[in-house]
Amino acid sequence: MIQLYNVSKIYPNGVKALNDVTLHIKKGEFVFLVGPSGAGKSTLTKLICREELPSRGQVLVNGRNVARMKNRDVPHLRRKIGMVFQDFRLIPNKTVYENVAFALEVTGASSKEIKKVVPTVLRMVGLEKKAGMLPAHLSGGEQQRTSVARAIVNNPVLLLADEPTGNLDPETSWELMKLFLDINRRGTTIVMATHAWDIVDSMKKRVVALSNGCIIRDEEGGVYGYEC
Amino acid sequence: MNVNTLKYYFRESTRSVLRNSWLSVASVGTIIISLLILGSSLLLVLNVRHIVSTVESSLEITVFLEDGLDEEALKRMEEEIKFVPGVARVEFVTKEQALEDLKESFGDKADILSGLEKDNPLPNSFRIKTSEAEMVPRAARQLEKLEGVEQVRYGQGVVEKLLSLTHWVRIWGSLTLVVLGAAAVFLIATTIRMSVFARRREIGIMKMLGATNFFVRMPFMLEGMMLGLAGGLVAALIIYFGYLSLLNKVAVTLPFIQLVNDPQTLYRVLGGLLGLGFGIGAVGSAISLHRFLRV
Repeated sequence: MIQLYNVSKIYPNGVKALNDVTLHIKKGEFVFLVGPSGAGKSTLTKLICREELPSRGQVLVNGRNVARMKNRDVPHLRRKIGMVFQDFRLIPNKTVYENVAFALEVTGASSKEIKKVVPTVLRMVGLEKKAGMLPAHLSGGEQQRTSVARAIVNNPVLLLADEPTGNLDPETSWELMKLFLDINRRGTTIVMATHAWDIVDSMKKRVVALSNGCIIRDEEGGVYGYEC
Repeated sequence: MNVNTLKYYFRESTRSVLRNSWLSVASVGTIIISLLILGSSLLLVLNVRHIVSTVESSLEITVFLEDGLDEEALKRMEEEIKFVPGVARVEFVTKEQALEDLKESFGDKADILSGLEKDNPLPNSFRIKTSEAEMVPRAARQLEKLEGVEQVRYGQGVVEKLLSLTHWVRIWGSLTLVVLGAAAVFLIATTIRMSVFARRREIGIMKMLGATNFFVRMPFMLEGMMLGLAGGLVAALIIYFGYLSLLNKVAVTLPFIQLVNDPQTLYRVLGGLLGLGFGIGAVGSAISLHRFLRV
């Protein structure tokens, strides 16, 4: 699903974000990326969705080398990747329904398809009754569930989450994790960068720990601690 | 591209116009003002050109002749005049005809001239038209040298001034049009850039969701085109009705001034404003989006 071979990333301002990282993630896996701020977690997710290009090494997603990908193919890659962020990134003047439908609209889906799929996904994340509300009128948890609904409405092969529980209280965070597990069980690969040690420790999934741009630990059923 | 996507483009651009209503009003206002200035300058230039060409076409040289020339001499003179470079038409006016013309121009007060028939003081003359207005001064100098000519009149000085005025009006008029056109495009590009800037987060989200550049750009392009078209329409209407009322006023108060009033020219100006508004919107959006949108 995702293969990184000797990937380094140095930003134009000289910051070394990743250093010779090699990582393989199989289809259907649930992987936590942990590490202190500045360890390179976000850079890793940005390389996968080609928001950034590697300075060295190769990044393969779903069998395609993203570094060599033509600009016009990038949108098609991103349609296969659902993304969830700490700050939700919802469009404030669109309703819950419109925000979710938007992910389908950008792919050129027909209105018939949108009308069929969006209510199903909203039901799945438990927001069918809030479909007509604007994001500003929702709680943090509801906003994040909207962004998850938007991320999965295209049936992505991969869900990338960058600190999705960062702005949520513990209870809401757990609800979100249950949703993620549900999505993962349907076959979607999930890569989640997080600081939520309690979640990582109790979910017993694969944990990749980064520090100073290097992978310092990679274990199945791992725990959060990243000191070595 | 399916129907839903097309509907999306129109829905989004209309919504954006309405949501950012103040910005939209400002953009349309800018376009209206630019196009009003542009349209009025255009009409001014067209009218100055029209008036100048009317005056130019009525410019003629009058060659007053000495008394006592016989018919043969007159015929010879006419031939000689026809050979002067630039001369297009020559008309012989007898002294009797000249008096009749004078009487006609006096209208009701023609009585003043009665009694002059017996001892007509007016000379015979040739009325001469040149092929180009610019030829008048040179032709007049040549005509002065002919034998039997008493005096040559063509409104000395006035013609030269008029011609130099025409020249400057043409140069400055065209220059103003170019500068104003560029200013309008620049203003719209800035306005659209502000609109794009205000929605940069949304653009980022669209790209994250896998929208193509074309998909992201289209609603903004349409928004610019709609604003441009709206501005062009309002400007065209204001110019149209404003010009009609000007034509009416001038026809009543300054009947001797002939303004451009053929409908085809007017509709061309109005259509041009409409098209220009549309074009300004499209070009402005395109410039802003080109600078803002890269995958």
